[in-house]
Order: sequence, then C-alpha cells, then structure tokens
Amino acid sequence: MTETVPKPRTVLKLVLVAFGMFGFGFALVPLYTVFCEITGLNGKTGEQYTQSTVETIDKDRLITIQFLTNNNVDMPWDFRPQVRSMKVHPGELNTTNFYVRNPARTTMTAQAVPSVTPFMAATYLHKTECFCFEQQQLASGESLDMPLRFIIDRDVPAEIETLTLSYTLFDITEQPQDQPAIAAE
Amino acid sequence: MSAIIEEHHHDDHHHGPAKGLMRWVFTTNHKDIGTLYLWFSFAMFLLGGTFALVIRAELFQPGLQLVEPAFFNQMTTMHGLIMVFGAVMPAFVGLANWLVPMMIGAPDMALPRMNNYSFWILPFAFTMLASTLFMEGGGPNFGWTFYAPLSTDFAPPSVTYFIFAVHLMGISSIMGSINVVVTILNLRAPGMTLMQMPLFVWTWLITAYLLIAVMPVLAGVVTMMLMDIHFGTAFFNAGGGGDPVLFQHVFWFFGHPEVYIMILPAFGVVSAIIPTFARKRLFGYASMVYATSSIAFLSFIVWAHHMFTVGMPLAGELYFMYATMLIAVPTGVKVFNWVATMWQGSMTFETPMLFAIAFVILFTIGGLSGLMLSIAPADFQYQDTYFVVAHFHYVLVPGSIFSIMAAVYYWLPKWTGNMYDETLGKTHFWLSFVGVNVTFFPQHFIGLAGMPRRIPDYALQFADYNMVSSVGAFLFGFSQLLFLFIVIKCIKTGKKATAQVWEGAHGLEWTIPSPAPYHTFSHPDEVDLKEAHG
Repeated sequence: MTETVPKPRTVLKLVLVAFGMFGFGFALVPLYTVFCEITGLNGKTGEQYTQSTVETIDKDRLITIQFLTNNNVDMPWDFRPQVRSMKVHPGELNTTNFYVRNPARTTMTAQAVPSVTPFMAATYLHKTECFCFEQQQLASGESLDMPLRFIIDRDVPAEIETLTLSYTLFDITEQPQDQPAIAAE
Repeated sequence: MSAIIEEHHHDDHHHGPAKGLMRWVFTTNHKDIGTLYLWFSFAMFLLGGTFALVIRAELFQPGLQLVEPAFFNQMTTMHGLIMVFGAVMPAFVGLANWLVPMMIGAPDMALPRMNNYSFWILPFAFTMLASTLFMEGGGPNFGWTFYAPLSTDFAPPSVTYFIFAVHLMGISSIMGSINVVVTILNLRAPGMTLMQMPLFVWTWLITAYLLIAVMPVLAGVVTMMLMDIHFGTAFFNAGGGGDPVLFQHVFWFFGHPEVYIMILPAFGVVSAIIPTFARKRLFGYASMVYATSSIAFLSFIVWAHHMFTVGMPLAGELYFMYATMLIAVPTGVKVFNWVATMWQGSMTFETPMLFAIAFVILFTIGGLSGLMLSIAPADFQYQDTYFVVAHFHYVLVPGSIFSIMAAVYYWLPKWTGNMYDETLGKTHFWLSFVGVNVTFFPQHFIGLAGMPRRIPDYALQFADYNMVSSVGAFLFGFSQLLFLFIVIKCIKTGKKATAQVWEGAHGLEWTIPSPAPYHTFSHPDEVDLKEAHG
C-alpha cells in the first residue's frame, strides 16, 4: 500500500491542533476583554481617565445620568448613591458620592463593579476618580462616602440623552487580595 | 503503514479474537471496539432515559409529587450530560469504528492501541459522573450547559468530579477523532480518492475535525471553572475582575459545533440508507460533501445565537441572526437531495428505511423550529421555554437517535451475520415514532404558551399537554427495551444474512461476508474499488 502522507506526521499535526485549540480557549479571555474595551460592549467602562487636554464644556446639551446600586448575593453592606440622578453637560467634570456602611460584625472587603447602559455610551463615560478602581475594606459598623468624578465625553452621540451607571457590590473578603480591580481590565 | 500490514500478515492474520473477558479489555480490533462503544452508548441511553422518565413522571401533574426540586435539577443536568456525551457521541464513534475501515478498505483503524484507550476511558468518566448523585450535596444541578457562576460559586462540592469527568470524555473524544482522521487520510485503499468515499466517511471526517477543534475548548472552559473554584482565580467572577458572560461565549464556542458533531454523522447514515432502499444512487453526492463542509464552517461563527438575551448590541444580534439563518441553506440542500434520491425510486420500507424517512421528516421539523428560534426578537420570547426543549429534542431524538437506530438495523446483519426480526423491528419503529411525537410535539405548544424549562412544577394551564407529553415519554422509553430484545435476538438467532444483505446496498462493506470476518481487507488486493461508494 502506498501512502502520500506519512501517518506520524498527520498524527502530530492533529495533536498540535488539539493543544492549540486548548490554548485558544484561554486566549479567548483576553481577546474578550480587549473586544469589550474597544467596543464598550457589556457596558464595561474604561480605566482611570487622565485629561490630556482641557475640554470645553458643551453648554447646549444636558445629559441625564442615573446611578444604580446593587448588592451581589449575601452582601450585607448598605450601599446607595448620594443622588439618584444628575443632569450634566458633556465635557464638564462632575463629582458625586456613594455611601457604604458595613453592618456586619466582622471586617469585610468589597469591590464595586460598574456597568453602563446603553452599552454604546460606555466608551463616552470617563472616570477621573472612582471607588471602583480600588477595593474597600470596612471594619464592623464603619461607613464611608466614596467619591466618583467623571466627565461625559463631548463626542457622545446625539441620541444618548440618558445613561445609567450601575454598580454591583461584591463581597471579596474570602478572595485573595492581590486580584486586580475590575475597572483596570 | 507497511509495518501494520506485515504485522497482520505474520502475527494474527489467521487468528480470531482472543478468548474470554480479557478479549474486550485488551482488544485493538476496530470491530470489537466498535461493539464496545455501541453497547456502552446503549447502556448510557437507558440510564439517561431513566433520568428523563424521572423528569416526565414529576411533570405528569402540576405540583410537587415525586422528587425534590433539588433532585429534579440534578436529573435535568445528568440527563443532558449522559445523553450528549454518553449516548449520542459514543454511539457515533462506535459506528465509525465498525464502518470507516470497512468502507474505505482499510484493515483496521490507524492507531489501534489508542483506539482501545479512547474507549476504556469512558466507563471511568461516566462512573465518576454518575457517582456524584450519591455524594453529599448531590450531583451537578446547574443544567448540562453549566453556566458560571451557578456551576462555580453556587455549585455542589461534587462539581470537581464533574469537571474531571468532562476532561476524561474530552480526551477520549479527541483521541478517537485523531484516529478517525488519520485512518481516513492515510489508510484508504490504494486508488480511492476522497470524492469516492461513502458520505458516512465524509461526514465523520468533518465531524472528527470539529471534535479536534472544539473539545479542547471545552476542556479549557472546565479548567477555568476548576481554577475559579479551587485556585482563587476569577475568570467568571465579576467581583474578582472576571465576567460570567465570558463563560457563555467560551462554552458556546464549543457548544454550537458540538451540536453539529451530534448530527453530521447522522446525515452520513441517512445518505447511506436512503439510496439502498430507493435503489438509486444518492442524488447530488458532491453537493452533499460541500453542504456538510459549509455546515461545519458555519457552526464556528454562530455561537452567540444561544445567548441573544445576554445584552448584545443590535449589530451583534443581527449578525448572529443572519449567520444562523444561513445554515438553513446547506441543510436544505441535504434534505432536498434525500427527497430527490427517493423520487421515482423503487422504494421498499424495511426498518432502517422507516427510521431514515422519519429522520428526514422529523429532523426538518426540528430544523424549522430552529429557524424560528434564530429570529432574535422572537427568541427573546422563546428562550428558556419548552419551545427550546421541543426544538432540540426534535433534532436529537428523531434526528441523531433515529439515525443511530437506523444504522444499527441497517448494518446489524453485517455485524452479526443474522437478519433481525423485521416484524419486531417495524413494531419498534412505530412505537418509537408515535412515542417521540407524542412526547415532544405538545412541548412546542406549552413552550409558546410560556412554560419555562428546567422547573419541577408549573402553572395549571400547562397540565394537559404535560400529561400527554409524559405518556409519550413512557411509551418511547419502554419501547427501547424492545430494541434491546431485537438486537439480542438477532445476535443469537435469525435468518442467515448474505454478503450484500440488502438488494440495493453498495459499498465495500457489502463485498465481505456476513458476519464480517474478524480481520478484513488485510491486503489491498481484496479491495474491489468498483464497489466503492454506493
């Protein structure tokens, strides 16, 4: 019997494909993050924003931004925005506060995870300071006003009149503390 | 290559199988291993079927009667896992083992020892999976799609066994697929071109490539789960910087090709059976090959239609919707070709043909409900209802399972040397056909009316159809014991089968005596290429 391709070579190629696809499965993780970052998909907001140029304020437009807070399962903290919504001009630097209190008997660590709706607005929301960039550790009964400073980009599409910024608070007391903060992703 | 031929020539060319139980443990013979796969898959079919009957018994009436909701969840999960990975996939691997070497004129699979390993991993994997039901906290209860964080943060402790079992199944499938690809590419009888291969071989070649491409991704996703659960990573935990939606993307990147892994070999089986009993050549052979390849390619780029409601942008919804609808084109080509093969043929309706025709009709119904589900705005309504359950059971039960049964009836005389009992075979077919439709057709209606899937209790207005569905399920389930009886009876006794078995059968496997000798095509001279592909 004649053969065109030696058998071991075919086997080797197929084994390599299998290992390659195992690696590809893991490569999907950073690919997904990058993809979401570029498109603003999933409502992921960007990293800490550093103003490169002084932005002019667009006084003609007013955009409503609503703040939502949620606790993940079994998270006992009180967590609420100081104001439920604000009307802001694009390009303007705004500040608001979020209140947290740890009513548990033990010291706990929390991580807030942001999400913006509609998703297409996510890339136009720049946060110069956000509590979601770091983890919060509160002793029993301790409370804190956490600042959020943000700018809505002047280029925000005209059809966006209202956007919602939602934070979910996760209990990460049990988790290793060297995890990178979510928003750094 | 030549080494294998010589080895056969000198060592065991004239030997039959080894004696005793160890024959089955140590065997490297493709026919033995095919038999092992098929029996194993039948055992898993009965086990998974038992779980399904627990589900249908509970759903016979509204309210909680028989099982706790927690156990109900374990039943839906285990039913899905066992049927997908334990029944359908090993059955097709078993068919590939038996048939691919005989169809291409090869003496055996290309890697016989690995073939033995890939089978013998499975009993361990499934024992481990099934044993979780007896563990503290119970077995996996998060559905066969095991979405994180349900399967990580909120999973029972037995999830680690589940992960390890999935790893083993994956390794088994990958090894089996490598074997199939190498056999087909390197061991074809001299002179046989790719376009001379029977369609069953073609569909399996493409299926094997799909398996090699996506089973490692499944292994990757369960490894990430394992790391999230035990090693403090946060792939799917939003609190630690991960994303649960990422799980669904990675899972369905595996999951959608997996769906076609379970149906492409079925296309091959039906493409072998219909020409035989229509006594015509298959209509549009080349278009069948291209359609199968197109379906395989498209299967990689449509996965997010399983997750329309996770919150995708409009462009994403539209893309995945249209790409999904595109799959209907090559699938339609196939259905058209099968019908055209039957057109003006001298048809007879032996049991394999009955199953094959039922396949064409009922698979098309399942395909059409799939097309309905592909419409993104409609899917928002249908998703997670019994309509989805009806859809995928229509493509899997009267689709994949019917094709496996058709294949068993069709090739059983070749395997055992005896004809099966035709009257009993037809009885089995009609009981199964009625049972399947009574079970799953009403589920379309209760799904459209809004009954959610994976729940042990439901609103009163769904009671009548659920009762009908449960009656059908028990009819279908117990009919399969008749199937077992028919197969055993055929092994023991029956009219002696001729080499060709069926009047209209063509292909290399019908040129060798029935039952097929332990070693076939040990020498290339034995292959008569004029008989290749029917």
